Amino acid sequence: MKNLVLFLWKNNFTIVFLLLQVFCFYLIIQNNKYHNAAWYNSSNRVSGDIMSAVSSVTQYLNLKNSNRALADENALLKSMIAALSVDSIPRFRNPDSTGKYIFHSARVVNNSFIRRNNYLTIDKGSLDSIRPEMGVIGPNGIVGQVKDVSPHYATVISLLHKNSRISAGFKNSRFFGSLTWPGMNPREALLSDIARHVKFSKGDTIVTTAYSALFPEGILVGTVKDFEARDGSSFYSITIELSTDFTNLHYVYAVENKHREEIKNLELQSQSNDH
Amino acid sequence: MITEIITLLLRFLALTALQVLLLNNIQLSGFINPYIYLLFIMLLPVKFSKGFSLVMAFVSGFAIDIFTNTAGMHAAATVLMAFMRPAVLRIFSPRDGYEAESVPSMSRMGFNWFAVYASVLIVIHHVTLFFIEAFTFSSFFLTLTRALLSGAASLLIILIAQFLTGKFKTEK
Repeated sequence: MKNLVLFLWKNNFTIVFLLLQVFCFYLIIQNNKYHNAAWYNSSNRVSGDIMSAVSSVTQYLNLKNSNRALADENALLKSMIAALSVDSIPRFRNPDSTGKYIFHSARVVNNSFIRRNNYLTIDKGSLDSIRPEMGVIGPNGIVGQVKDVSPHYATVISLLHKNSRISAGFKNSRFFGSLTWPGMNPREALLSDIARHVKFSKGDTIVTTAYSALFPEGILVGTVKDFEARDGSSFYSITIELSTDFTNLHYVYAVENKHREEIKNLELQSQSNDH
Repeated sequence: MITEIITLLLRFLALTALQVLLLNNIQLSGFINPYIYLLFIMLLPVKFSKGFSLVMAFVSGFAIDIFTNTAGMHAAATVLMAFMRPAVLRIFSPRDGYEAESVPSMSRMGFNWFAVYASVLIVIHHVTLFFIEAFTFSSFFLTLTRALLSGAASLLIILIAQFLTGKFKTEK
């Protein structure tokens, strides 16, 4: 016993080191799980407030670009209203799709795009009815998925993350695959699982599909930049130029799908019936 | 003693703020993110309790983690760096050992000594950090390149910071 105490005392440096490393790796592994409400990330109040203050300064530097993006979006919305008002609304309105999605606008207060796994922090939280797993889109296309939520802030897993996987497909045909980010370039992502028989060309538009409960159907993802089919593979691997510029992102919308709970419960019920 | 603690505390706050508010937003060519907060651990006095410097390393790494959503990654790399520091100091120790109360800063130990000392610690920290972040050895050389490029940027920033503050000290 005395020897053990002496041993511990002599090696306290190594033991403190090992304990701290074990704790660090516990945190890293904890944080790798999706949607855990942890206090030690930027959705906590103190760091959120600091980031918010910094962002309110840096915003001025980007006012010109933000204004232009908002103006562009306004123009687009106006043109859509104009198209709708051609006395066609009463006849073609689909009762299922109206009001299925609610858009909550938010300001980006923290954003990264050079790491392997990138996150954003937005200045709306559970008090503004932001919930984990909501989709997030920007003025030019999809951005990511809400991870953790505090009363006033939320963190978002960027599309530029090794775990992000989004169902996306061609706008003009109905073929779809899954979109992932291989790292390196914040402007490019990879679309896989598109079969060899599908015909498409460079510059084709890629949008979200109806199979994901995260995003409304038809939200812009990007355009085909390049593609290749490896020998022996029955699928293309397609490089997509993302429409969202993550290096210049200041306002986003969290998308609330009012039917998400319903769909989820139904799917759970079907799965549990299997057993 | 009290002034020493206050100096440490102020240096910690200043370096963390500089890192979080300024350097985390500077991303050279989308590839390089310099880390200046390591200077805090590098400048701990030589005779400082080793166990306590590990705790300091954890606190400073964790403070960065909170702002970058990387829970534990910076902390793990910084703690490893602090663990290796006594060995690095021993390898590069001057012929007649360190003076008591000595701080291994550039103004005290000279440019060459400090540059080598800082490079070794930066390489330990950055390689650990970038491999934990990637969590795979599959793109080994890409990750290594990123770590070393960022390391060169960190070294440059830390040397500049030492030049600026070292000059200030001699004027006093």
